[in-house]
Amino acid sequence: MAASPEAPGLGSYFRNNLREYGILVALVVIMGYFQFATGGVLMRPVNLTNLFLQNSYIIIMALGMLMVIVSGHIDLSVGSVAGFVGGLAAVMLVHWNWPVAVVIPACLIAGFMIGAAQGYWIAYWKIPSFIVTLAGMLVFRGLALWLLEGASVGPFPRSFQALSTGFVPDLFGVGKPNVTALVLGGLTALALVYLSVRARRRQMKYGIEDEPFVIFAVKNALIVFALLFISWLLATYRGLPNVLITMAVLISAYTFLTQSTTLGRRIYAIGGNEKAAKLSGINTERLTFLTFANMGMLAALAGLVFAARLNTATPKAGVGFELDVIAAVFIGGASMAGGAGKIVGAVIGAFIMGVMNNGMSILGIGIDYQQVIKGLVLLAAVIFDVYNKNRQG
Amino acid sequence: MTAIMEMRGITKTFPGVKALDDVNLTVMPGEIHAICGENGAGKSTLMKVLSGVYPHGSYEGEILFEGQPMAFRGIQDSEDKGIIIIHQELALVPLLSIAENIFLGNEVASGGRIDWPETYKRTTDVLAKVGLREAPNVAVGKLGVGKQQLVEIAKALSKRVKLLILDEPTASLQENDSQTLLDLMLEFKAQGITSIIISHKLNEIRRVADRVTVLRDGHTVSTMDAPISEERIIREMVGRDMDSRFPERSPQIGEVLMEVEGWSVRHPEHAERMVVRDVSFHVRAGEIVGIAGLMGAGRTELAMSVFGQSYGIKTGGTVKMRGTAVDTSSVRRAVTAGLAYVTEDRKGLGLILDDPIMRNTTLSALQKVSTNSVLDSGKERQVAEDYRRALAIRTPGVFQKVMNLSGGNQQKVVLAKWLFTDPQVLILDEPTRGIDVGAKFEIYTIINELAAQGRGVVVISSEMPELLGLCDRIHVMNEGAFVGELGRGEASQERIMSMIVKGKEEHHGRVA
Repeated sequence: MAASPEAPGLGSYFRNNLREYGILVALVVIMGYFQFATGGVLMRPVNLTNLFLQNSYIIIMALGMLMVIVSGHIDLSVGSVAGFVGGLAAVMLVHWNWPVAVVIPACLIAGFMIGAAQGYWIAYWKIPSFIVTLAGMLVFRGLALWLLEGASVGPFPRSFQALSTGFVPDLFGVGKPNVTALVLGGLTALALVYLSVRARRRQMKYGIEDEPFVIFAVKNALIVFALLFISWLLATYRGLPNVLITMAVLISAYTFLTQSTTLGRRIYAIGGNEKAAKLSGINTERLTFLTFANMGMLAALAGLVFAARLNTATPKAGVGFELDVIAAVFIGGASMAGGAGKIVGAVIGAFIMGVMNNGMSILGIGIDYQQVIKGLVLLAAVIFDVYNKNRQG
Repeated sequence: MTAIMEMRGITKTFPGVKALDDVNLTVMPGEIHAICGENGAGKSTLMKVLSGVYPHGSYEGEILFEGQPMAFRGIQDSEDKGIIIIHQELALVPLLSIAENIFLGNEVASGGRIDWPETYKRTTDVLAKVGLREAPNVAVGKLGVGKQQLVEIAKALSKRVKLLILDEPTASLQENDSQTLLDLMLEFKAQGITSIIISHKLNEIRRVADRVTVLRDGHTVSTMDAPISEERIIREMVGRDMDSRFPERSPQIGEVLMEVEGWSVRHPEHAERMVVRDVSFHVRAGEIVGIAGLMGAGRTELAMSVFGQSYGIKTGGTVKMRGTAVDTSSVRRAVTAGLAYVTEDRKGLGLILDDPIMRNTTLSALQKVSTNSVLDSGKERQVAEDYRRALAIRTPGVFQKVMNLSGGNQQKVVLAKWLFTDPQVLILDEPTRGIDVGAKFEIYTIINELAAQGRGVVVISSEMPELLGLCDRIHVMNEGAFVGELGRGEASQERIMSMIVKGKEEHHGRVA
C-alpha cells in the first residue's frame, strides 16, 4: 500500500500543492522584500507588534468570510456592521456606563442577531446575498451615524482598551525579555509538532502518506522556527498582545471547525453543489443562516477590537473593511463559486495584505500607489489560481 | 472515393492518463458514421480533438479535412470549415428566442445592427428543414428537450454544415422524438451532409449508420460496414462476449417494506396542475419494482416528493415502513425512515463534482464517520475505499475528483453514497442513463445484490427492456397516475405501451 499510485514523489507533490505552498512562499518573499527595503524596520519588535494589532480585525472577519464564501455567498456588510457595533459599544460604555463585562457579550449577541437577520433572507427567502448584504452595508452605516449622532464617542475604560492594546503580563516577573511570551510560543510550537506527528501517524496507520517525509520535516522545522523567532521578537518589546491570543484561539477553532467537523464538511458541500447537498439530507437553509449569523458575530468582535484600539468610536469606523476582508479570502485561494478555500489560506492572505500595507507605509509610498499595488496583487493571486486549475485540467 | 475527414494517429494525454492512443478514424463523404465505445473509451475526447476544443498542438497526430491538414485553435476554426458538433448537454440560452439562439454569434447584421425580418425568415427556413413547427420568437426554455435538440440542429444547418457531429443525441429524448431525429439524419444524408453519431443505443445505430467505429480504452478496435450486428458491437466494445445483458437472479421476496398510499403532488408554480394524482404502491423485501412511463409522466416527481418532499407541493398521501406510518417531509427524515433516492441527474443533483470520491461517498451519513461531530479522516477513507472496491469503481484511489470519472463510475459513487446510509428501500431514477453496455451490466448486478440483501428497490426507467430484464413487477405511470401493473411473466414492451396509450385516451376522454 505504501507504493500505491497516490504516494507521490517530491516534485509531483509540490506541483499538486502549488497553490497551498505558493501563497506561503509569497508571504515569505513579500516579508523578505520589505524587511530588506525598509532596512530591517519591518521585523522590529515594535513594528511586528503593530502589524498584529493593525490586522487583527481583518483576520477575525476573514475567518467568518471564508465560511461565507465557501458556502457560495458573499457578505458586503461586515465593515458597516463592525462600525455599528463599535459605536454601540461606545454608547453602552460611555453614555450608559455599562460595565465592560456586560458590553462585550451584549455586542457579540447584537452582531449575531444582525448576521442572523441578513442570513434569514438569504437562506430562507433565497434572496441573493450580494443584495441583502449590500442593503445591510447601507443600513448599518446609516445606523452607526445615527447612533453616534455623527460624532466620535470615547475614551473607553482601560479594561475595554485591553481587548486590543493590552498585553499578557509576564507571569515570571522578568519583564524584558518577556518570559511568558517565550514559554507560550514554545508550547504552541510543541503542540503543533505533536499534532502534526500524530496526524501523520494516523495517516500511515490507514496506509495514506500524502506528504513526503522531507517536506513534513522541513515544514515543521520552519513552523517551529517562525513561532520561536516571532515570540522572541515580541518578548523583547512588550510581550504577547491580548489580541494575538484571541486570534490564535479563533484561528485554531475555525480551522478545526472547517476541516474536522461534520458541520464544516457540510458547508463545503453546500458551496460545491447546493442541490446535491440538499438531496443528501443536509439542512442547507439552516447552515447558510448560521454561517451569516457567525459572520455577524465575528464582525462585531472585529468592531470591538477596532474601537478598543482607537480608544474611540467614530461613524467612519470600518469603512472599506469588507473589501480588505474579501480580498484576503480570495488571495488565500477561496473560489468565487464556493466549495473551496481554507482558513489558513485566508489568514495568510490577510497577512499578505497587512504586510504590504505596513511595508509600503514605512517606505512612504503614497496611498494612491498602495491601492493600485494591492489591487494588482489580488488580481495576480486569482489569475494564478485559475491558471493552476486549467493546468491540472 | 476519398475521405471527407481523416484522423491519423491521434494521441492525447492528460496528466497521468492516456485518453487516446494512436486512434484512426476515416469518414467518407455522405455517410453516417457511428462511434461506439464504453464510457471512458475516448469518444468524447476524440470529438473534442476534432472540433478544436483541444487545440492543435495539445495532441499528437493529424487531422485531414477535405484532403487538407487542419490545425484548429478553437471551435470557431472548425466551425468555419463546416464541422459542427452538437453536445449531449445542449448549449442554448433558455431565455432567448429560437431565432436569437440560432444566429447567436452569427447574427444577420450589417454594421452591428440586426436585420430582424431577414433573421426570422431564415429561421423559418431552417426550422422547416428540421421539421420543427414553432414560431421563431418563442423562448427556447419553453420548448421540450426534443424540440431544443432540433433547434440545435437548425443552428448547425444555418452555418453551412459539412460534417455534423451528434454526441448522444437521443440520450434524453423520448421514443417518438428519437425517431424524428433519426429520420432527420437520414434525410440529411440524402442531401449529402456527412454525420458522425455517438450513441449507446445500438438499435438506433443499426438503423441509421453506414459504418461503425468502435473505441475501447483509447484505442480504435475496428471499423465495421453495414449490415451491423449488435452482438458484434457489444463484443468489440467490452472485449468479451456477453451471454446476456441482464444478470441471472432468483428473487427471494419477503414482507412488505414500504407502502405509499394516495400520494398526490401539485406543481410548484402552477397551483392548478396536479403532477402526481393519487398514487399508491408498495415494495416488498427483496423485490425490484419498476415504474414505466414516458418522460413527463410524473415518475421523477413522485419519487422526489416521497423522498423528503423535494419536489412540488404534497397535497395528500402517507408512507408506511414495515406497517408504521413514517414522516418523510424532509430528506433527513426520509433517510432516517430508511429511504434513499438515486437521482436521474447525477451531475446536477447527485454529486459534488469538484470533490473527491471519498467526500461524495460519506456525505449523506457523515455521522457514521465521526464522533461528536468530529470527523475521523482515517475511518472516512477506509469506508470510501471499501465501497470503491465493493462496487468496482475504477480509479486509482478515493481522492480522485468525481468530475474526472466516467458516467458509470460516477453512478457507482452516487450508489455508494446511498448504500452507506444503509437504506431499506432504494428508489433508483434512470440508474443507467448515459452509461455504456458493460457498466450497465455491473449496475444491474449491484441492483440484484441489493435485492438479494433483502432491501426493496424501485427502478424508474425510460428503457423498457431494462425494466423487463430487472423487475419483478412493473407499474405503468401516465400523466401523473398509475394506469396499470404487470407481473414479471405478463409484462412486455407492447403491453406497457398499450397501457400508456389507453391511459391517455381514458384521461382525455374524461377531460372532454
